[in-house]
Amino acid sequence: MNIHNVSRRKFIVTSATAAGGMMLGFHLPAQAARLNNNPWELPTDKEGQEVNAWLAIDPDGTVTIRVGQSEMGNGPFTAMPMIVAEELHVDWKMVRAAYASGNRYLRQKAEDYQVAAGVLNEDHQVYRRMGTGGSGAVRRSRTFLQQAGASARERLKEAAAQAWGVARADVTAKDSVLSSGSRTGTFAEFATAASTVTLDVEPVIKTPDQYTLMGQSVARLDSPLKINGSATYGIDVRLPGMVYAAVRANPVPYGGIDSYDADAIMGLPGVIQVGELKPGEIMDARTGLQPAVYVVADSYTRALSALDQMPVKWSATPNDGVNSADLFADAHAALSLPGAISVDEGDTAAAIAGATTVVEADYEAPYESHACMEPFNCTVNITDGRADAYGSFQNPPGALAVVADQLGMDPINVFTHTTFLGGGLGRRSRNDEPRQAAEIARQVGRPVKMVWTREEDMMQNKMRPMAVGRFKAGLGPDGMPVGWSARVAGHSINAHLRPERVVDGLDNSLLAGIRNHPYSIPNQFVDVHVRNSHIPVHYWRSVNASQNVFMGEQFIDEMAQAGGHDPMQFRLDMVKDLPDWTLVLNTLREKSGWTTDLPPGTGMGIGIAEEFGTVCGQVATVTVTRRGQLRVDKVVAVADCGHLCNPIMAEGQVEGAIVTGLSAGLAGEITIRDGKVVENNFDTFKVLRMNEMPVIETHFALTGGDKWGGLGEPPLPPVMAAVANAIFYATGKRARQMPIVHTDLSWG
Amino acid sequence: MALTLNVNGTSHVVDVEAESPLLWVIRDTIGLTGTKFGCGIAKCGACTVHLDGRAVKSCTTKASAAVGKAITTIEGLSADSTHPVQVAWLELDTPQCGYCQSGQIMMAASLLQKRANPSDFDIDSEMADNICRCGTYTKIRAAIHRAAEIAAQ
Repeated sequence: MNIHNVSRRKFIVTSATAAGGMMLGFHLPAQAARLNNNPWELPTDKEGQEVNAWLAIDPDGTVTIRVGQSEMGNGPFTAMPMIVAEELHVDWKMVRAAYASGNRYLRQKAEDYQVAAGVLNEDHQVYRRMGTGGSGAVRRSRTFLQQAGASARERLKEAAAQAWGVARADVTAKDSVLSSGSRTGTFAEFATAASTVTLDVEPVIKTPDQYTLMGQSVARLDSPLKINGSATYGIDVRLPGMVYAAVRANPVPYGGIDSYDADAIMGLPGVIQVGELKPGEIMDARTGLQPAVYVVADSYTRALSALDQMPVKWSATPNDGVNSADLFADAHAALSLPGAISVDEGDTAAAIAGATTVVEADYEAPYESHACMEPFNCTVNITDGRADAYGSFQNPPGALAVVADQLGMDPINVFTHTTFLGGGLGRRSRNDEPRQAAEIARQVGRPVKMVWTREEDMMQNKMRPMAVGRFKAGLGPDGMPVGWSARVAGHSINAHLRPERVVDGLDNSLLAGIRNHPYSIPNQFVDVHVRNSHIPVHYWRSVNASQNVFMGEQFIDEMAQAGGHDPMQFRLDMVKDLPDWTLVLNTLREKSGWTTDLPPGTGMGIGIAEEFGTVCGQVATVTVTRRGQLRVDKVVAVADCGHLCNPIMAEGQVEGAIVTGLSAGLAGEITIRDGKVVENNFDTFKVLRMNEMPVIETHFALTGGDKWGGLGEPPLPPVMAAVANAIFYATGKRARQMPIVHTDLSWG
Repeated sequence: MALTLNVNGTSHVVDVEAESPLLWVIRDTIGLTGTKFGCGIAKCGACTVHLDGRAVKSCTTKASAAVGKAITTIEGLSADSTHPVQVAWLELDTPQCGYCQSGQIMMAASLLQKRANPSDFDIDSEMADNICRCGTYTKIRAAIHRAAEIAAQ
C-alpha cells in the first residue's frame, strides 16, 4: 500500500451521520448563482479571451471553464472546474462553468501540447473525451484537465514575464493575480498576451499532496439554480415558433404500424400535423428509428390529447406472446448447458468433486428501468442547412452524430446544446430521442419540442439486462474453498448494440463483478450464455455488476456459512494480498460494529466489489417481522477510490448509488407481458421513497498513491448483496431473487 | 376558454381548455418551467405547487380548478431564494440532478407551514409522495430540519 508518508488516519475520513448533512473539512459555502440558467451558453454576456480551449478570461477577471461531461447530478459542473482551477491558481469565486461545445469537439483536434505520461489519450479531439459514463469524469479526465490549467497558468506567467522583462520563474500566480517583486497584474490584463504564448516545455502537474482546492468540499456551482427553478433542463427549452410533438411507439418494442387514422384528429384544436416515424430499410436497434406515430400541435397538451384520440392499429409481431416467465425459463434452462468460457484456472471440476463440502445456488435478476425523473425529450430546429438540437444529452457528440445521420447532414453543420439533465443513469447516452425529434422537425419544417409521457418513457426504455446465475463451490476440511465455478445467462448489451464484440458467444461484460472478483480460490471456472430477447437493453448505473455482485457476494456468504466461517473474516482471509480490500473490510468491520450475534428478526450482512478502480464495501442492517415485512435500517459504506476531488459530492454519489441499488433490488422491476413492458409509471414501478430510506453512513478509507477510482457506480453493486446477506442472518432464509419482494421472508 | 389564473401574485389570462392540467398551463402557456413534469398521475411529486398555501400535484389539477386561488410555484416561493427551505437546501448542497427539487422544496415548505418543527415521522409521511432518483433523501431530511431551525430564528 502506498500511503505517501501520511498516516492512514488522515486518509480515513468519515462523513454522514444518522442526521445526514455533515461537513468534511473545509467547506466553501454556496454563493449566488454563477452559472447561466442555460448551461450551454456563456455564464455572462461578455466574450472572454480564450487562453486555451478549456478556459476563457473575461475583462472583469471571470474565468469560464468548459466542461466536457454532462451534469446529471454527478457533479462535473463543479468537479471539472475545480481540477482546472487547482492548477490555474485562479480565485475560485471568479470561476464559472459552461458546457464545452460538441460541435467544436468534432471540428478541432486537441491542442498540441505534450501530455504527461499516463494520460488517457484515446481521443485526440479538442476536449479529449465528452460524454459521461463508466464513472469516468474525474477518473479519466483529471490529468489532462490539470494539464490544461497548468499550461494556462504558465502562459499567463510568461506573458507577464515578457512584459516586465523578468524571468518566468520570478513570476508567481495566486488567486488570479500575477506578481514579481513589486509588480502585479491580473489574469485579465495578460489573458490576450497569454493566448499567443507558446511554451517550450509544458509544466509538470501537481501531485495530490500539493492540492489546495481539490480535496475540499466545495459547494456545487449548480445548486443555486436548482433551488429556485431557474436551471434549464431539456424539457424546459423554448424556441421562437416552436411547436410540440407527442409520440407513441408500438408498445411491443420495434413492432410496426398497420394503420392510423390521422383524419380522425386533424380537426382537433391546435393540431398541426400527424405523421409516422419509419425505420430505415434495415432495422438496426442501435441506429434505427423505432416505428411510432406522432402528433404535432400548438401545445403539448393538445398534441397529447389528439394522440390519445387517434385510432392506431399496431402490426402483429413474433414477440406479441412473450412474457417474463418465458424469458427466465429460457435463461434458467441455459444454466444446465456449457457456455462460452471466460475463466478456466486449474481443474475446477476435479477440485469440487474431491471437496469435503459442496455448495450450490441459483440466482435471478430482472430487467430494470432507468426511470429518470425527467421524461425523455428533445428540441430540434433545422434552418438553412444547419440543425440545432437541445436536450439532456449524456453523450453530446453521439447526439450530434445521430441528428446528422437522421437528417443526412454533414455533422459539422449540426450543433448540440446540452442542458442540465434530469437524471441520466446511462439511459441518456443512447440518443434515440434526438433521432426522433430530428425526424419530426424535418417532417414538420418547424422547430419542434418532442416530449414523451412517463408511460412512453417506460415503454420505449432500453432496459438494464436481465440475468440468472448458477454458482458452485467446493470447500476443503478447513471450510475454505478449493474450487469455484459461476455460470451466467442473460441479456447482452453488446450482442444488441455491437454484435462484433461478441465472439463465439463470449461477452465478458455480462460477467462484471464475477470474473474480476479478487478472492484467492485455487481453481476457478466461469462461463456465460448470451440470451437476448426483443427487449432493447442499455447501460444502467453499474449495469451487469448490479446483478452479478448480488449473486456472487451472496454466494460468498453461502460458502462461509457452509464452511463454518464468519463472512467478514472469510473474505479477509481470501484478500490477504490486497491492501485496499483489506483496509476497506477492516474499516467496515469497525465502523459498522460488525456482528452476527443479533436477535432473531435482525441481521447484518456484507457486500463488497471493485468496479472502475474503486473498492466499495457495505454492511446493511435489516429488520424482518415474523410475517416477513422487510426494512433496511442502515447501510454503512466504506469506499477506497484512492483520492477525493470533492468529499461532499463524493458522499452524495455513494448515497445516490445505494438508493438506486435499493430501489431496484427491493421492489423495482420491469416485467414483460404479451411482449410489452408492464410497469409503465410510478404507480406500478416501485422506487425507494423517503419513508423507506435507511440511515446511510459513508466512510472513505483511501489508499492514495496512483489510485483514482470512479464513484458514480461502484457503490451500487454491493448494497443488495449486503441486504440479502443480512436477511439470512435475520430470518435464516435466502433471498436469491431480485427484487426481494418476491421472496417470502416470514420466519419463526 | 379564457381562464384567469393568479400565479405568484400576478394575474394571467390564458386561453386553454378548462380540463388542461395546471402543470402544462404553468409551464407552457405562462412559461414558468421550474415546476416539472414527472409522471402525470400524481405519483412522483415533481409538479408540486401551492394552491392557497396547500401543496397540490399540478399534473392532476385542472387549470379551471385553480381559478380564484393563489397559485405559488417554485419561482414565487421567494423573490431571491431566501425562503428558509431554500436557504437550508443551499447550505447542505442538497440537489444532485435537481429535477425533482422544485417539487421537494414546495412540499417541504408546505410541511413546515403545517408543522414548524417536524419529526422524522412527519417528514416520512409528507415527503414520501416525492421521488428523488438521485437519492438525495438523506440531505433532504437534514435540510428540512435545518429549515425549521432557520425559520424559528
